[in-house]
Amino acid sequence: MAKTEDRPTRRRSDRSPWNWLLLLPIVIPLLVPVFNRTDPTLFGFPFFYWGQLSFIALGVLTTTLVYQMTKGNRRA
Amino acid sequence: MPEGLQWTEIIVFSALFLLVTVMGFMAARWRRPEDLMHLDEWGLGGRNFGSWITWFLLGGDLYTAYTFVAVPALMFGAGAAGFFAVPYTVVIYPLLFLVLIRLWSVSHVRGFVTPADFVRSRFDSPTMALLVAITGIVATMPYIALQLIGIEAVLKGMGVEGELPIIVAFVILALYTYSSGLRAPALIAFVKDALIYLVIIVAIIVIPVKLGGWEVIFGAAEEKFSMNDGPGVLLPSTGQLQYATLAFGSALALFLYPHSITAVLASKDRNVIKRNMSALPAYSLVLGLIALLGFMAIAAGVEPIGTDGNTIVPVLFDQMFYDWFNGIAYAAIGIGALVPAAIMSIAAANLFTRNIYKEYLRKDATSRQEAQVSKIASLVVKLGAVAAIIFIDPQFSIDLQLIGGVIILQTLPAVALGLFTRWFHRGALIAGWVAGMSVGVWTVYTVKRVDPVSGEVIREHFAGSAFSLSNLGFDTTYTIYAGLLAIAANLLIVVIATYVLRAMKVPEGTDGTGLEDYFADQDDPRVKDIPEIVG
Repeated sequence: MAKTEDRPTRRRSDRSPWNWLLLLPIVIPLLVPVFNRTDPTLFGFPFFYWGQLSFIALGVLTTTLVYQMTKGNRRA
Repeated sequence: MPEGLQWTEIIVFSALFLLVTVMGFMAARWRRPEDLMHLDEWGLGGRNFGSWITWFLLGGDLYTAYTFVAVPALMFGAGAAGFFAVPYTVVIYPLLFLVLIRLWSVSHVRGFVTPADFVRSRFDSPTMALLVAITGIVATMPYIALQLIGIEAVLKGMGVEGELPIIVAFVILALYTYSSGLRAPALIAFVKDALIYLVIIVAIIVIPVKLGGWEVIFGAAEEKFSMNDGPGVLLPSTGQLQYATLAFGSALALFLYPHSITAVLASKDRNVIKRNMSALPAYSLVLGLIALLGFMAIAAGVEPIGTDGNTIVPVLFDQMFYDWFNGIAYAAIGIGALVPAAIMSIAAANLFTRNIYKEYLRKDATSRQEAQVSKIASLVVKLGAVAAIIFIDPQFSIDLQLIGGVIILQTLPAVALGLFTRWFHRGALIAGWVAGMSVGVWTVYTVKRVDPVSGEVIREHFAGSAFSLSNLGFDTTYTIYAGLLAIAANLLIVVIATYVLRAMKVPEGTDGTGLEDYFADQDDPRVKDIPEIVG
């Protein structure tokens, strides 16, 4: 199989402890009873609405962080 | 209310439509390949799209015109429940971060064009691959038809009646997709998204100012949904489980659709996909703001045209904007329908070619013949969608699309979990699919729509995807997303049947992929480049 490799390389993998961070933006937006409320309001938005819009930022932050932290994870 | 033909809008709309038509045909020469007559070129745009193109392409693909029209319509009619589109499109990217890069890698190494190609090789099962292909095609067809409903809504907004304009629009779309393949929607997506972003930024600034601020908008919605002891702008406690399960289930389903996978496989390398998982939520923000157009329509006292709730956004724009800007807004939605419709038809055509034509009809087809068959299949698929809208009640397409999400989920064990494990037995995957499909169709069949005021049953069956748990004997008014029950049944059967088949020593076939394939990147050798590396 490893015909193109001259020396044995470390087995590649996409495992990383950083991947656990991805659970945050998966679990939090599904905890409906926690954010199904009006207060506190922000710019006239009930919490139900601005809270969920802010989860978008949470998703962006975690996926960016995981990408940056696992980028060098390729070859030995 | 618009009366008669709105000429300013029609002229702006037509001019922009003409622009994308020219772009669609020119796209055949964009990033020009040596030979377009290969599925990697026609069907996957050369498998070489960078981060920006992929962002526009996937954005144009996943956030469709129908979404932009139907989500605010749902907010207008049902309130907070319609906002599920936001958690749905937040959850999806972290959920699929690791899945999609593996799918990309193994497809890159092995030359897979469709998810069914992967299933065939991984589980050594042409039958399961055929089921994945058929499920994909059946789920995609009504989705294409729904895009036409999006166009129809804006045409009504311009006072244009009749089916001829839709037929013309789709024939043009079919022709340039035929000649340019995936390059056409990739190029048009730039225009579509530029227009969408422009319109929505203007809309969320101008409309709240005109209506007197967000307090007024939410206040009007609160008033509307508080009638008859309603929950106001929040979810009723019995609707919360449905909200979360619908968001989660829809997120699981979206990337199983062939058109999403097509756009993912067209990207250049793993990093393009990873970056897009962080960048695509920009569209989720836009979608969240678009959803709120539904509440703005309530505050503005919008009345839908006829009984078509999908017209509330065009009517709202008509009340709020100058005619010429309104034309741009309509064009954004209209062009927004073309991009996904093109990608969906290409994806369905690729499934037909690779997993039905080449597998069962003509095993020795050359890549040239494959590309030709795919091109013709994409025409047939689009004509089928137009026929569906003209000859069948549009409601039927909406019903089918609803079922589409539930049935496409049934390919999850083979396509998505298959990327992580080959533990499942191929026979068990087939058994699980049958179980999941049966449960899925039955659960959706039982869903009734009841008039909230009179308590009368308006529709007996297929009136949504909120399955009442009381059907299973639970003493509750809670509902749950039907697709999740179906996939649970599917997985249960897959696990049981795997143990049984293994105990009976039924042959499992050979895995055509290697472990390293799942982590390969752009500069790694492809199987077809270096044949001796196999084995």
